[in-house]
Amino acid sequence: MNSQTRYVKFDWMTILLYVALVFIGWINIYSASLSDNAVSFIDFDQIYFKQLLWIALSVVIIAFVLAIDSKFYERFSSIIYLVSLGSLLGLFVFGKEISGATSWYSLGGVGLQPSEFAKAATALALAKYISDIQTNMKTFKNQLGAFMIIAIPALLIIPQPDPGSALVYSAFVFTMYREGMHFVYLLLGFFAAALFIGTLALGVPYVVGIVLAVAAFIYWRNRKKKPNRFKYAIIILSCIAFSFSVNYIFNNVFEQRHRDRFNIVLGKEIDAKGIGYNTNQSEIAIGSGGWTGKGWTQGTQTKGNFVPEQHTDYIFSTVGEEWGFIGSLVVVILFLALIVRILVLAERQKSKFSRVYGYSVASILFLHFFVNIGMVIGLLPTIGIPLPFFSYGGSSLWGFTILLFIFVRLDGSNYYYT
Amino acid sequence: MRKFLLLFIVLITGMVFAGRLFYLQIYDDSFQALSENNAVKVEYDYPQRGYLFDRNGELLVSNQPSYDVMVIPRDVKPMDTLEFCDLLKITPEEFRNKLRKATVYSPRLPSPIVPQLTKTEYASLSEKMHKFEGFYIQKRSLRDYQVDHSANVLGYISEVNEAIIERNPYYQMGELIGTGGVEKQYEDLLRGTKGVKRYQKDRFNSVIGPYEEGKFDTLPVRGKDIILTIDGALQQYGEDLMVNKRGGIVALEPSTGEILALVAAPNYDPALLVGRQRSKNFTKLYYDTIAKPLFDRVLQGEYPPGSPFKALTALIGLQEGVIDLEEKVSCRGGYNYGGSKPLGCHHHKSPLSMIGGIANSCNSYFATVYRRTIDKYPTPQEGIDNWKKHLNSFGLGNYLGYDLPVGKRGLIPNSDYYNRYYQYPKYKWYTPATISNSIGQGEVLMTPMQMVNFTAAIANRGYYYKPHIIKNIVGVDTIPSQYREKFVTSISPEYFEPVIQGMHDVYNYGTAAYIQVPGIDICGKTGTAENYIKINGERMQLTDHSVFVAFAPKDNPKIALAVFVENGYWGSRWAGRIAGLMIEKYLKGEISRKDMEDFVLNGSLEEEYAKPYTGEPFIINQ
Repeated sequence: MNSQTRYVKFDWMTILLYVALVFIGWINIYSASLSDNAVSFIDFDQIYFKQLLWIALSVVIIAFVLAIDSKFYERFSSIIYLVSLGSLLGLFVFGKEISGATSWYSLGGVGLQPSEFAKAATALALAKYISDIQTNMKTFKNQLGAFMIIAIPALLIIPQPDPGSALVYSAFVFTMYREGMHFVYLLLGFFAAALFIGTLALGVPYVVGIVLAVAAFIYWRNRKKKPNRFKYAIIILSCIAFSFSVNYIFNNVFEQRHRDRFNIVLGKEIDAKGIGYNTNQSEIAIGSGGWTGKGWTQGTQTKGNFVPEQHTDYIFSTVGEEWGFIGSLVVVILFLALIVRILVLAERQKSKFSRVYGYSVASILFLHFFVNIGMVIGLLPTIGIPLPFFSYGGSSLWGFTILLFIFVRLDGSNYYYT
Repeated sequence: MRKFLLLFIVLITGMVFAGRLFYLQIYDDSFQALSENNAVKVEYDYPQRGYLFDRNGELLVSNQPSYDVMVIPRDVKPMDTLEFCDLLKITPEEFRNKLRKATVYSPRLPSPIVPQLTKTEYASLSEKMHKFEGFYIQKRSLRDYQVDHSANVLGYISEVNEAIIERNPYYQMGELIGTGGVEKQYEDLLRGTKGVKRYQKDRFNSVIGPYEEGKFDTLPVRGKDIILTIDGALQQYGEDLMVNKRGGIVALEPSTGEILALVAAPNYDPALLVGRQRSKNFTKLYYDTIAKPLFDRVLQGEYPPGSPFKALTALIGLQEGVIDLEEKVSCRGGYNYGGSKPLGCHHHKSPLSMIGGIANSCNSYFATVYRRTIDKYPTPQEGIDNWKKHLNSFGLGNYLGYDLPVGKRGLIPNSDYYNRYYQYPKYKWYTPATISNSIGQGEVLMTPMQMVNFTAAIANRGYYYKPHIIKNIVGVDTIPSQYREKFVTSISPEYFEPVIQGMHDVYNYGTAAYIQVPGIDICGKTGTAENYIKINGERMQLTDHSVFVAFAPKDNPKIALAVFVENGYWGSRWAGRIAGLMIEKYLKGEISRKDMEDFVLNGSLEEEYAKPYTGEPFIINQ
């Protein structure tokens, strides 16, 4: 290192929040995975002990990430991105199938999930592209370019199949919006989502009816201005076409398990024993926590393993049961604090690259937080993505650690760049 | 704007999550129970219910084992339903109905399918039980009655219903609870405490170990045995005497307030309400709306007391100083108070002083005393309220506070009652309007239990203990303190002797002279109470009730009792005879007046009771 390091100043608040989340996460993984056949605390077969190892390794990773010169990330972002895409492509050849998804490389018994690392790579590439002096996010060409950077890894992840992880890439729309993309795209996305849910919940005929009624109303309101009928027809037709295609995709492309998940949340099917089991058990576990919970390792739902995947995607239900409303609220607030802190830091960056990257980090963390906890507390359909820093899993923990600490490193040099 | 969109969405999400968490964890508390049902398996160990003994240590009620076939609907697997129904001796339709009901109640909590199997039924079933998943046999203990009397006192136990479970979470579907009499009153003592064992289950519903290392497990605690104040032999005799009659006998030990006998007729065999025939028998008893065997006439029947009330009129008159022992009141077949017709009296010699007045039950005498008692005060309102105060001190006009779960207040009217009735002050009313009270007709109402209570207070010369059925709780060796508290009446002790002499003379030469019991100094008072019934909206008078109160011996009384025979005509005809027999039975253990005993045991009033329901005109008081 050279004289530059003297100006490096890491944001301790971010680091402390990270440490708190990882620590609380491990406490809960310990409780969720505690079993009677553990011989001693040090037992490589126990999930909590493995997680402890992953955490220890994270410290090493953090040291590396912080040691590297911040300019490295900007210069090598394209290469990192390409390597990451390569690792995703490689799965089609070398991937190992675990519970139905070919998302893993097996390295000496340890599974590595490249999609967890691809998020950071994509964020770097996007930051590089947007911060390029020649890029103007207001132009369609550059918007398309940014969109391609995001879409390629997502498209590679979908067929694994891991649609949940692919969904995470939609978080980048926040970054793009921040950097100049027109609000209409967000509206369009929102509108598409509304049409999507509407079609599933009500059926195509209703949606067509509603679209026609709304169009007729708007046209009538604007009749004095002589609106362009052709434009109206195009919009109406594309809405109807979208609704039909959603219906078609839902019934012919989606697998039954995906359909079931949506139907449960939309209230079309209530089957607490079968497909709605996860959500139902998770709600029972959280709901039985009360104000202060049942106490660490005292959760009856947790002990009885009623909630599936409780140490991974459903880890938050352990928090709810054993630490109650107070504990859950603390965790929610810690996440909010971390995300907000990153946003505040991102806005403070002098380099556009750092700002775009920081924004992407916040967006990705937020999307994970939103989808995961939303699912666990029964507000969103079952979409299997981990809760950052909390859920069990080395790849997930390392992926988020790298994602976050690259930003900590970039932010640390904020005062060096002029 | 662009800077804040994500920030805004993040904060909104945080609030929505906090709200949802609040809803799940705090607001909606159904999850706690769901979690318990889900993860904790609870097993109960039922203790023996406490035994009941009579005052002489004779066993009245013990237990017998019984076996309930229980079901946990969600654990039921496809099985040979026909074979199962065969074993249980029920039809497949019945079985399906019960299973559906159990499922509706709760798929994961046990419900009884066939309750209360006998030992032999259990034996044949138990070895095949493993073939029917989701069903199991729960051992409980049922009552085993050693006697066939006292059903109204003992009460019975029955399965709890959902309303009880909701009120008292101690109970679970299929458990038993005392539902009447002593069983209900002392349920908490008798039932003991069930033992609880909790197990942690996993998601496959299999037990993975004790819940919280058995921290919350408890051992069953046996119910307490209770000794009742009832004298089994006397109770049995009383019920025999009341066969084919309606009414009741209640006997107290005046010096303690202990209930020696509490006979309500008609009665039933307590064993009818045990086992699988229970509901059939109960329905039969319940729907007998004419004889009302489940209606405890001694505790719940409110009757005009009739002439025994005159003893109270006399005592209040003496206490208020409106009459002395010497003054004689003349009677010419009635007392003219200015109404359309005089308050009639029967034929007796005249004039009479107090003792003779009581012995001969002279209406005119007591109407005079009553009127003076009320008119001593400036207004009849004050007079009535003062009169009521004296009566209240005898435990009349309100719940007595005995330890049986049913009762009535009776009625001692006050000035408000008459003010409302006569629309005072628009219309005024005076003492003569209430003159019937003087002889225990009018507005005054009492349960037989209240009648015996004032009789006991007279026997004690001015105090009483609350009547009670509990003599001792074995192992605790005490009874509730309120039954050891002495209640003193508002009448000075010296006024009781003349009234008691009058009641003694009822036997010497008065209205009960022909039913004397040799060798026992009984004090009593006959009563003949007019009464009416409404059938199909038509009010008709029935044959008078036969009423009698008595205590014996005169000095240091051992027993006080009230006998009430519905439509038995004059007081000494049925009630007086029964009182004499009960007293002799209790004090001597054997009966010397066999003629009286034969008359009562063989006599029946069924014909009298059938009269109003024939639909034809009938003659009363014959």
